[in-house]
Amino acid sequence: MKAFTYERANSLAEAASGSSKPGAKIIAGGTNLLDLMKLQVETPNHLVDINRLPLDKIEDTPEGGLRIGAMVRNSDLAADLRVRRRYGVLSRALLSGASAQLRNKATTGGNLLQRTRCYYFYDITKPCNKRDPGSGCAAIGGFNRIHAILGASDQCIAVNPSDMAVALRALDAQVETVNADNATRAIPIAEFHRLPGMTPQIETTLKQGEVITAVNLPPPPPGKHIYRKVRDRASYAFALVSVAAVVDAAGGRIRSARLAFGGLAPKPWRVAQAEERLVGAPATEETFSAVASDVLSGARGFGGNNFKILLTRRTLRAVLTEASVT
Amino acid sequence: MDEKEHRGFRVTRRTVLESGTVTAAFMLGGFPRLALAGEASDAETAISPINVELQVNGALHRLTLDPRTTLLDALREHLALTGSKKGCDHGQCGACTVLLDGRRINSCLTLAAMHDGQSITTIEGLAESEALHPLQAAFVEHDGFQCGYCTSGQICSAMGMLSESRAGAPSYVTENLVEAPPALTDAEIRERMSGNICRCAAYPNIVAAIKQAAGAPT
Repeated sequence: MKAFTYERANSLAEAASGSSKPGAKIIAGGTNLLDLMKLQVETPNHLVDINRLPLDKIEDTPEGGLRIGAMVRNSDLAADLRVRRRYGVLSRALLSGASAQLRNKATTGGNLLQRTRCYYFYDITKPCNKRDPGSGCAAIGGFNRIHAILGASDQCIAVNPSDMAVALRALDAQVETVNADNATRAIPIAEFHRLPGMTPQIETTLKQGEVITAVNLPPPPPGKHIYRKVRDRASYAFALVSVAAVVDAAGGRIRSARLAFGGLAPKPWRVAQAEERLVGAPATEETFSAVASDVLSGARGFGGNNFKILLTRRTLRAVLTEASVT
Repeated sequence: MDEKEHRGFRVTRRTVLESGTVTAAFMLGGFPRLALAGEASDAETAISPINVELQVNGALHRLTLDPRTTLLDALREHLALTGSKKGCDHGQCGACTVLLDGRRINSCLTLAAMHDGQSITTIEGLAESEALHPLQAAFVEHDGFQCGYCTSGQICSAMGMLSESRAGAPSYVTENLVEAPPALTDAEIRERMSGNICRCAAYPNIVAAIKQAAGAPT
């Protein structure tokens, strides 16, 4: 681990100003950041510890949603009774991720900022445009079983590893932030993560020194909540494909549906056309197949991950079948 | 091991190898062990050590540490509590599991400095003098190990798991998220313990030990 100076923030203002300095990083749970620092993938010169900030509450909002503090631990969020009752897809997504020990540490804000698990990003002896811009991408033409089939670029085909963010995408969450000038903003989750394009090192629309304070959930959409995760082992593994679904169905017809996908792209993936097709549609194989084609529009395999295209079709079919059984 | 003791300050060959160059050492509350310094390439960055107070197994310890010191290294290298093991050092194996204010965490993936004033329980803190904790006794009775390297992590993790379960926390395999807490079936125990790897594959016996300690029929 490279040397760094350590500072414990006692206020949001301290956190924002401390993390505004070049090379500074905020540390919350630290489960991903310290992992990467040990490998010298991350080399911050200054760490701002925000664990003592009072951002660990889950509050009801006047609109009928929930406001989740940035420091709410993944395990506490998954176990919160309001989340289990009204946002089951979020609870399930969280419980599908990592291990119990990691969920006890990992935070809501930190989960949104976790880095890809691309093997080449983690290996500092290999080229990686995300870690070392301009050095190339070893995953293209390399081992790319876990990589993206949607939203990738010639510079980077890494996927976002979060399960939580996939559920948040289906729920239209907003990410609240504050900066050193005390300016706040609410970033729709759809705009929070970026596609790699020519700059895969820039993964979110967060600015240096901007601190996540909360995640806002609008009132829950109607329907059955499902999080289905397909992976190489039954527990404690990242998704090859995951589907966060909230589907309202009755009498063999879909009234409305929200579908977000993990494991497929550099950000949680959602396709409006697929959801529009489902509105009022019969819950049939034919419908599900057409919806899968909407989702997979533009999908491209890189050799090792070609199987994800068919796996996505089958996983989606299973989810929609389960959702439409009333 | 090539080990020398000088007035409470101890340097081992391993410490020297890990540190590259030893530029500073601190005598710390009766548990002496070194070391600021880190890699030679960091020599240009003078980082001041920081003071950390940890309540470990009921005893207060005041430490002066390099900010990089993980909680696991603080326990093992500075407090000589070597029951918590360093397996992967990346949060993947669970051998370093300890309880932080009663909750299980990977001590390798957190900095000691982040836990100033907090309370840590390690495997050394479970037994009451000579009497094993029921979980420890159950692991012995059911032969829940072969080499034993993962065992302290397994037991600390099981401690945390049982309190999570008693508090009604669901798991990924829990059928209904809203109803009363699920019984600790084999499937629930396996899912809830998936952050602890046993390369000897003593899993069936580990599950049996935990079930017994949980008061469930085995």
